[in-house]
Amino acid sequence: MKNFLRKNWIDFVAVPIGLFVFVAPFVLIFLTSTKNAEESFQFDFSLGEEFLLWQNIKTVLATNDGIVIRAFINSTIITFISVVLIVIVSSMAAFVFSRRPGKWTTFANVMILAGLIVPPAIVPTIWVLQKLNLFKTMQGLIFIEVAYSAAFAILIYKSFISSIPKEIDEAAAMDGCTGFSLYRRIIFPLLMPVNVTIIVTTSVAVFNDFTNPLYFLPGNENATVQLTLFYFQSAYLTQYNLLFTDILLITIPPLIVFIIFNKKIVSGLTAGSVKG
Amino acid sequence: MKTMMKRGFALTLPLALVFGAAAAAPSQAADTEITWLIDNSQSNQDVAKALVAAYEKANPGYKVTVVLRPGGADGDNLVKTKLATGVMEDVFTYNSGSLFQALAPSKNLLEITNEPFMKNVLSSFNPVVSVGKKVYGTPFGTAVGGGILYNKKVYAKLKLKVPTTWAEFMANNKKIKAAGIDPVIQSYKDTWTSQLFVLADYYNVQSASPNFAANYTANKEKYAKNPAALRGFEYIEELKKLNYFNRDYASTTYAQALDKVALGQGAHYPMATWAIPQIASQQPASLENVGFFAQPSSKASVNGVTVWVPSGTYIPANTKNAAAAKKFVGWMTTAKAVDVMNSVEGFAGGPYYIKNASIPNALPGAVKDLVKYFDRNATAPALEFVSPIKGPNLEKILIEVGLGIKTAKKAAADYDADVVKQAKQLGLKGW
Amino acid sequence: MTKSKSKKKIKSPYSYRLAAPVGIIFLVFFIIPTIVSFFFSMTRWTLFDWEFIGFENFIQYFKEASLAIGFKNTLIYGVVTSGLKVIIGLALALLLTGRLRAKGFLRSVVYFPVLVSTIGVGFTFSVLMDPNYGVINKAIVSLGKSIGWETYGPGWLVDPNLLPLFSVAFVDVWKGVGMATVIFMAGLATIPREYYEALEVDGGGAWDKFKNITLPLVQPATAAVVILSFIGGLRSFDLIWAMTNGGPGFLSDVIASINYKQYQAGFYGLATAGNVILLFFVLAITGPIYWYFNRKEQEA
Repeated sequence: MKNFLRKNWIDFVAVPIGLFVFVAPFVLIFLTSTKNAEESFQFDFSLGEEFLLWQNIKTVLATNDGIVIRAFINSTIITFISVVLIVIVSSMAAFVFSRRPGKWTTFANVMILAGLIVPPAIVPTIWVLQKLNLFKTMQGLIFIEVAYSAAFAILIYKSFISSIPKEIDEAAAMDGCTGFSLYRRIIFPLLMPVNVTIIVTTSVAVFNDFTNPLYFLPGNENATVQLTLFYFQSAYLTQYNLLFTDILLITIPPLIVFIIFNKKIVSGLTAGSVKG
Repeated sequence: MKTMMKRGFALTLPLALVFGAAAAAPSQAADTEITWLIDNSQSNQDVAKALVAAYEKANPGYKVTVVLRPGGADGDNLVKTKLATGVMEDVFTYNSGSLFQALAPSKNLLEITNEPFMKNVLSSFNPVVSVGKKVYGTPFGTAVGGGILYNKKVYAKLKLKVPTTWAEFMANNKKIKAAGIDPVIQSYKDTWTSQLFVLADYYNVQSASPNFAANYTANKEKYAKNPAALRGFEYIEELKKLNYFNRDYASTTYAQALDKVALGQGAHYPMATWAIPQIASQQPASLENVGFFAQPSSKASVNGVTVWVPSGTYIPANTKNAAAAKKFVGWMTTAKAVDVMNSVEGFAGGPYYIKNASIPNALPGAVKDLVKYFDRNATAPALEFVSPIKGPNLEKILIEVGLGIKTAKKAAADYDADVVKQAKQLGLKGW
Repeated sequence: MTKSKSKKKIKSPYSYRLAAPVGIIFLVFFIIPTIVSFFFSMTRWTLFDWEFIGFENFIQYFKEASLAIGFKNTLIYGVVTSGLKVIIGLALALLLTGRLRAKGFLRSVVYFPVLVSTIGVGFTFSVLMDPNYGVINKAIVSLGKSIGWETYGPGWLVDPNLLPLFSVAFVDVWKGVGMATVIFMAGLATIPREYYEALEVDGGGAWDKFKNITLPLVQPATAAVVILSFIGGLRSFDLIWAMTNGGPGFLSDVIASINYKQYQAGFYGLATAGNVILLFFVLAITGPIYWYFNRKEQEA
């Protein structure tokens, strides 16, 4: 026993600290969502007098004709399509840019940097969307999400693809496999580890996005989940229990993504940094 | 008066990037169905719901869908963006005065000067929703007064008299502090609440320099240069130096501050009477412990209240349902609609700008206190209703004074610099 | 002429057409609005109307009283958050690739906040940091009581002497350090075991290993963490806005929040000018870092 303690003392230090620092806030969210409105003002680590979690969830889901349920459906659709698009278009572009040096690639590098740095211009973007009849549509928001996430995704894909030996595609090119088919048949299947990284980061970014739906997808019927948070925060100012119940609910999808991909998150990145 | 002109309570969102939650309406089937955008303060939500129910009952076949928007600066932004991008609801309720002017009314709003229902509206309301001679809005709700909410029990216990001058006010504060009660409550967590000392002082400014508003608009008067105008800034500085604020004033919220004044944990809270409905719902048992007096002035002979004119209800120029929108807006100017508003809270927050509007007899004490000033005709509109200029950063600059980061003098100069942007944006002459 | 023609004949297997979809989306929804906004930064723009005023917005912008605070805070925030993320992230990564038994569990726990909504996190922490009701100060007060001190907890987000900016930066690190940790873990995994073994043979200790092998070889990961979190830090304001609104007063304002306030106030031209300034500010600072790391990577 003594030996066990001595050998694993780091665990006995690290685990409690980790729990305290990283888990406690989530426990607080959970506990607050089990309380009634009055108790929720006491932000302490205790359960409500009565365990009201289910009732709070019901109230939240029923609010404003089920705006939260609608929001979950909308956010799911937007997130899913955006992520699929981001994965495909960014990896295609990254493939070209990492393989073919030249003026265009240099230009693309500058654009990628710009995409990471430049804060988007809101109202001109609304005008563009209106010109294309995409304002207030989910398609419009999806394009926006793709445009804003592209730089980061291309960056990650590029560093991964540059670790794939060029000989592979040279061999394929000999067989007449070039361009899109080269990408689709040879390269894309090799990208799976890094896809995980991109899927996790972009799905979370899109799902948690707050600003862009606010600007580009106004309308109650178009609400996304982060907007419901706002709704509870402003409309139920004195009911922290409902607000935290909503926070709890919208934390579930990232939790699911997390559970599915947890183990692969690191291995994806690891694969990405292996030098070919 | 950025965030303040609301009946219930303007929310300064601690959330990031907030711009507007609920927004445009579903497409309408017939032009008997319209949408109505209003801010999401609890009391406005309740009133809107009741109004729509009464309207739909009185007009079978007509339908109004209420759409909520945030209050405060985020709401301002949302309203402007909606108008600019042509997605505004058929009817919307929004501040009158300087914020209304910033909407480019002649371009974006439907003129209603000659509508038959305008005869229901007291003509004294029209200037705050007009450009030149063209009128664009109808009043929503009552006028309210800005001044000091105080706890009557504390006053009774310490045998204090309602002050009319700043010196009397400070003498009271001294006794209150000695009794172990916070003399003045501030609530900087909701930043907009910091502005009352300056904004509600306008009655006093105006009586000292009657042409202040016109000269201010013409870039000839400055807060830092006019001693009467500077007083509002100095009041905050003085109170801070004497440590008269509640200890946690930097993180107190508006709702908590109302609790404090109602329960007597603090004696004074500079605020407007739009807070009364919220006190009634938060602390119904203590509502009658809250009284109201005008912001004290430098002379006993000057004693009046600064008034906030109600918000307006407007119709955007590009609505497809103008007829139905006008019908609804017209209905809201009737005495009947006023009755519905009264029935929601059980009392009126102050005088209406509607002819033949009834005011229930049972008024809360603080509102009765306010009405006395109206009866004496000792009122002046807040600066934002007589000048289009209102800088966006006043609330933050005043918080700096309250926290002791800036002197009153420096803060006033900073605010004078802040309004330049607004004046230029509006294209005013002389800036 | 003939030369270039013959060059073209050998068709590259990497057709630029593959980059077209993302290029078009990026052009239409990002580049064009950005260019349009450059123009509008030189106008007085009310959304309803605009008037060309040259560089007046830029002059006005630099007169902004809170701008000096904004520039300073932006830099501090970027440096503090990215610095802490590098240090803590690397430390955690070393811990989590080491002998720990609860590795998997701890890694999950550290990483999970990355996935949670910033708004939700900001809101939760502003509740935790409330001077009166917050758990943090309640703990401090009762701790003080137990040793006989009658204390008030600090106003984490409101006390002008405490710099609320640092409180927010702390939350930013809390939320983002998981990403840095994972990137470092990936970097550490690429270092061949043999290097360490070789050093062991030479009698090198733990510190030697860290200094001579880990630190230099984990450099690409460091670069990624620094660039991502620094750019993020300079640009970010959502968390700041969620927790302090740039306040109290202007104490925790950063350039992005100043811009947002101009935008909110309806000074669209001015706000757009602010965006342009922020763009150049970030470019001027991160540009050199980016190229520095890029060059190093190519050398490696």
